[in-house]
Amino acid sequence: MNARKQLTIALAGNPNAGKTTLFNSLTGLKQKVANYPGVTVERKEGSWQLIGSQAKLIDLPGLYSLDATSMDEQIARDVLTGEQPGVPKPDVIIAVVDATNLERNLYLVTQLFEFGIPVVVALTMIDAFEKQKHEIDIGKLSRALKVPVIAVNAKSSRGRTELISRVKELVESPKTNSFALDLSETDGRDHAKIFARYNFISNAVQDSVKHNDAHEHSVSDKIDRVLTHKFFGLVILVAILLLVFQTIFSWASLPMDLLQKGFGALGDTVRSQLPAGVLADLLVDGIIAGVGGVLVFLPQILLLFLFISLLEDTGYLSRAAFLLDKLMSRVGLHGKAFLPLMSSFACAIPGIMATRTIESKRDRFATILIAPFMSCSARLPVYTLMIATFFAGRTIFGFLSLGAVLMLAMYSLGIIVAICVAFVLKRTLLKAPPPPFIMELPPYRLPNVRTVFQNMLTRAWMFVKRAGTVILAISIILWALTYFPRSLSAPQAAVQTNAQAEQPATLSESEHLKNSYAGKLGHVIEPVIAPLGFDWKIGVALIASFAAREVLVSTLSIIYNVGKDENEESPTLISAIRGAKRDDGAPAWTPLTALSLMVFFVLAMQCMSTVAVVRRETNSWNWTLFMVGYMTALAYVGSLITYQAGRFFGFS
Amino acid sequence: MIDVNDNNMTLANLQKGKDARVIAVNGESTVMRRLMEMGVIPGVDIRMIKSAPFGDPLEVRVRGYRLALRRNEADAIEISI
Repeated sequence: MNARKQLTIALAGNPNAGKTTLFNSLTGLKQKVANYPGVTVERKEGSWQLIGSQAKLIDLPGLYSLDATSMDEQIARDVLTGEQPGVPKPDVIIAVVDATNLERNLYLVTQLFEFGIPVVVALTMIDAFEKQKHEIDIGKLSRALKVPVIAVNAKSSRGRTELISRVKELVESPKTNSFALDLSETDGRDHAKIFARYNFISNAVQDSVKHNDAHEHSVSDKIDRVLTHKFFGLVILVAILLLVFQTIFSWASLPMDLLQKGFGALGDTVRSQLPAGVLADLLVDGIIAGVGGVLVFLPQILLLFLFISLLEDTGYLSRAAFLLDKLMSRVGLHGKAFLPLMSSFACAIPGIMATRTIESKRDRFATILIAPFMSCSARLPVYTLMIATFFAGRTIFGFLSLGAVLMLAMYSLGIIVAICVAFVLKRTLLKAPPPPFIMELPPYRLPNVRTVFQNMLTRAWMFVKRAGTVILAISIILWALTYFPRSLSAPQAAVQTNAQAEQPATLSESEHLKNSYAGKLGHVIEPVIAPLGFDWKIGVALIASFAAREVLVSTLSIIYNVGKDENEESPTLISAIRGAKRDDGAPAWTPLTALSLMVFFVLAMQCMSTVAVVRRETNSWNWTLFMVGYMTALAYVGSLITYQAGRFFGFS
Repeated sequence: MIDVNDNNMTLANLQKGKDARVIAVNGESTVMRRLMEMGVIPGVDIRMIKSAPFGDPLEVRVRGYRLALRRNEADAIEISI
């Protein structure tokens, strides 16, 4: 009957049951990943070649139960009842069941029976199960569950033909399990339903499985003796994290340089092909420079996602959460918040995207709202420039480099503020009891190369695609602010009065900037930022660096006439900053100004990509604007305290 | 020698490496419900594996797999040895 219609088949199973591996092996490369509308639950679909027909295979999120207490469960439930818009009600459910963890995996299966959709059980990890010298009688299990049970192995394609023929059989003559009827009498939220399901499972498993009790200590147990050891576990965790960050910073620098040069070259090519004017400037200085400035971080993001996927796939991530939950829960956060926060030291974007593993919305939002306080790699050029200009070569106590101490202080300040903010948020806006910590510690497994790379690429692509549009828009706005209004007569007088007349192009750039809306805005905000020790020129740089923190360096270069391609270690830029004067002739910068600016950069939300990703992940402009607002306020207060207290104690 | 009264024994004070049987799971919250759905129901055998470095959470073995939970939750699970 259904031969003409495209079949829809849902793949359901516990996390870590081997669902993704099976999905990949059935669909090959024919799959697409998106999100369900309005939520961050991943929607994975692929096309599966059955004999003579093609089916749409839907990979449901990994689930322990279908009670609709989490977003994942709600979506899965809606798909199975046919209520999820755009997804036809499935014709058959393939329940993926881990043979090494049969009872708990079957719990979900007993719930799947209740949707009136035929179910096929695909038994995974059967090799590992038999290696532990346990025995399973698949025929008996199938008779007990009253549904087909097929042992599958994604690598050797074992069971694939049988799976296809069973699915086809069920499509042609749908048979559903009647277990649901047995439960209809126990009603409501009574726990009797749970007990009845486990009772049914225990009976089914008892008849079909022979456990080998002698084989008590698996390889996984032995690994865990070390990795979750009270002392060595923590030491190893710290070592792994150091290795990850070291690798991210050292491996990413080469492709980052290449990308930077590539975008520079692209800009030059475009400029040479177009007549000089607004269009060329918009394309080169606005769009290519703006989008390029964000895409430069892609190598770091890719590497970070690679490591997260790797740690996730081996099973180590849940151990890290286990080791650190106590520390995190003191602040009111979940153990799982640790990794997103750690990732944010490289870049807040992958960090914020990694909060998806946190189930409770409040805990997840609290983690998102503090993630940008972790000093990311884009702050490094700012810290480096300030330290190189004002604190280089100085020591404290005769041996500690003042620069290193300040660097450490900036990182610590971010962490301390993050802890305080989390503490306050969890008691006010995001008030909730301490998040429950009920987490499976899955057996360690060798990572599946394909799953790991797929995870990495999917996440990176989402960053590029989702953040891309917002970044493009803000790049254009910020470019326009620093570009317009532009009079057509070049400021010749300025060229003659300035000693560095060998760079007339950059000189006029600097004049333009002063006359632009951003320049005027700098003057407008000067009274506001004066108590922080900043003049209007620094104000312009602050405004421009709301696009991205490292833009501060190139903006200062333009303002001080040293050419915008100078980097944070450039001697020309350093001496220009040291020699810069205010309009009244006083020095524009003092070591205290530099310190105040660094504090501002630790605390302020100056990254349009992060804003875009937060909007995306929270699905709310209110939370996003709240974050920008409170971070800017904290930055202002932090900077104010630094500058005024410094002056009070006689520093300059 | 002080013996722990069976009636008051909870999973939170089960010693490392020891086995017990769950006799009751108290509380109506979604957390306790989730624990039951994960297989922690009266009659099931459970073993204390270890506690995390700072004393919390706990790692137990139940129905052949490893589960981590906080002391708070473990305290609502009555056991008998």
